[in-house]
Amino acid sequence: MSRGRTQEAVFRVLMLLSLAVVTVSLVGIVAVVLVKGAPALSVEMLTRTPTAGYYMGGGGGILNAIVGSLLLAVSATVLAFFFSIAVATYLQPEFSSSRPANAVRTVLDLLWGIPSIVYGVICFVIMAFVGIGTSLLAGIAALTLLEIPIMTRVMDESMSTVIPELKVSAHVLGSNPAETAVNVVWKQAGPGILSAVLLAFGRGIGDAASILFTAGFTDFIPRSLLDSAAALPTMIFFLSTSPMPEVRGRAYAAAFVLLVLVLVVSVVSRLLTKRLSRYVVK
Amino acid sequence: MNPQIITRDLNVWIGKHHILKDVNVSAPRRKITVIMGPSGCGKTTLLKCFNRLIDLTESVKISGKVIVDGEDIFTPGVDVIAIRKKMGLLSQKPYPLPMSIYNNVAYGLRIHGTRDRSTLDDKVKHYLEAVGLWEEVNHRLKEPATALSIGQQQRLCLARGLAVEPEVILCDEPTSALDPVAAKKIEGLLVKLKADYTIILVTHVLRQAKKIADNVNFIYFGEIVEQGPAEGFFAHPRERLTQEYLYGDVGY
Repeated sequence: MSRGRTQEAVFRVLMLLSLAVVTVSLVGIVAVVLVKGAPALSVEMLTRTPTAGYYMGGGGGILNAIVGSLLLAVSATVLAFFFSIAVATYLQPEFSSSRPANAVRTVLDLLWGIPSIVYGVICFVIMAFVGIGTSLLAGIAALTLLEIPIMTRVMDESMSTVIPELKVSAHVLGSNPAETAVNVVWKQAGPGILSAVLLAFGRGIGDAASILFTAGFTDFIPRSLLDSAAALPTMIFFLSTSPMPEVRGRAYAAAFVLLVLVLVVSVVSRLLTKRLSRYVVK
Repeated sequence: MNPQIITRDLNVWIGKHHILKDVNVSAPRRKITVIMGPSGCGKTTLLKCFNRLIDLTESVKISGKVIVDGEDIFTPGVDVIAIRKKMGLLSQKPYPLPMSIYNNVAYGLRIHGTRDRSTLDDKVKHYLEAVGLWEEVNHRLKEPATALSIGQQQRLCLARGLAVEPEVILCDEPTSALDPVAAKKIEGLLVKLKADYTIILVTHVLRQAKKIADNVNFIYFGEIVEQGPAEGFFAHPRERLTQEYLYGDVGY
């Protein structure tokens, strides 16, 4: 066999192995969660809040955590979106020269790497200073801060790939930089912008550490922004630390619900991406 | 009649490179002025000076004047948007905007304030007809512009440029990415359009220059070597460099 062919074969095997690792882990996680959580899955679980004895095997469900998670993650993602799209657009060469823009990018990369518990603690300190307790509002704030660097950087990357000639085409028609950004850059980078939103949402809905200090935990569905809120990750944490196998099963069932939520959002955004890609210039 | 565009001792440096050296050219109204020369000798840079697209290039230094309709467009405080609106640009490759065929033409109209749906419809139809595209696309105006063939895309880009009602059309080797049939259509359109527009055509295709030029400027490494009316230029080139280029010894 020639050298080129050997190389080709080696890389093919390596690629297949990597694919196998990824696929097996995904299937493994879903299988374990499903097998261990199936006995605990029920309509009651999805539609009721926990009773006092729920964590000891009593009746009720995790509706508080499902609603809490959605409220927290959706609000945080919406808020982060407005910040991120503004910052990402401003980082483009029509608005910023490359040196300060790259400095901001480095800062965002650093922020991306900060463990979420740190965001939680910082927000906790601010909350103590302002004088509000654990609440939905504080949880949303922490998650928003956590999501902004991720969303901004991914949006920025996708806007950076818009070829200059496309922007020039718009400039030549007498379009100013802002009009070009909104009408051309956002449209062309649309699928990338959506991926950014999805990635940040995934991070937000799955994060427990930043929620723990800020949103707190409660058995009830929050009725105002200042009420504490439960979330699926924190619910999973409390259930899975139980000594009772039956209750630990409930943790797996809750994890399954979280997986399904993320999956639904992914599929919906996939469909949306297809729509957004229609006009993209390749 | 005064030429619409005149340059006076135009010099352009990009970084340390002296791209254009004391360039004096003029583009008379309603004529096709060709800027010809081998690749990489400053033709595109010169074109970018006319609509101040050169502003988007980093570390660029300019001296001299570019006078459009009697006004130096590099004077501080000049309305760049108004200058660009006055000049359509047809680039080497068509770059349709990421929107539908209809919206590609309507975009320029919208940003300059036309909102009324039926006015937009009329104008889109008018300009698509002007470039001979209406018959081909009127049943699929909502499709993405990228669904068109590359030759059709180039004509769409021309229609989009015409829609903002420019006075000048700048063409930067507009046929270099096209097949001969599509190229011929563009050449035919330019000849037709010179009745209403001042056209500046950058090209290194000799055949094209011979066929449609009224005036020719031959540029070589940033300097104008020879210029004049097309007939004389091609029949009796005075300079040695021009002769070598015309007979195939320089460039390509």
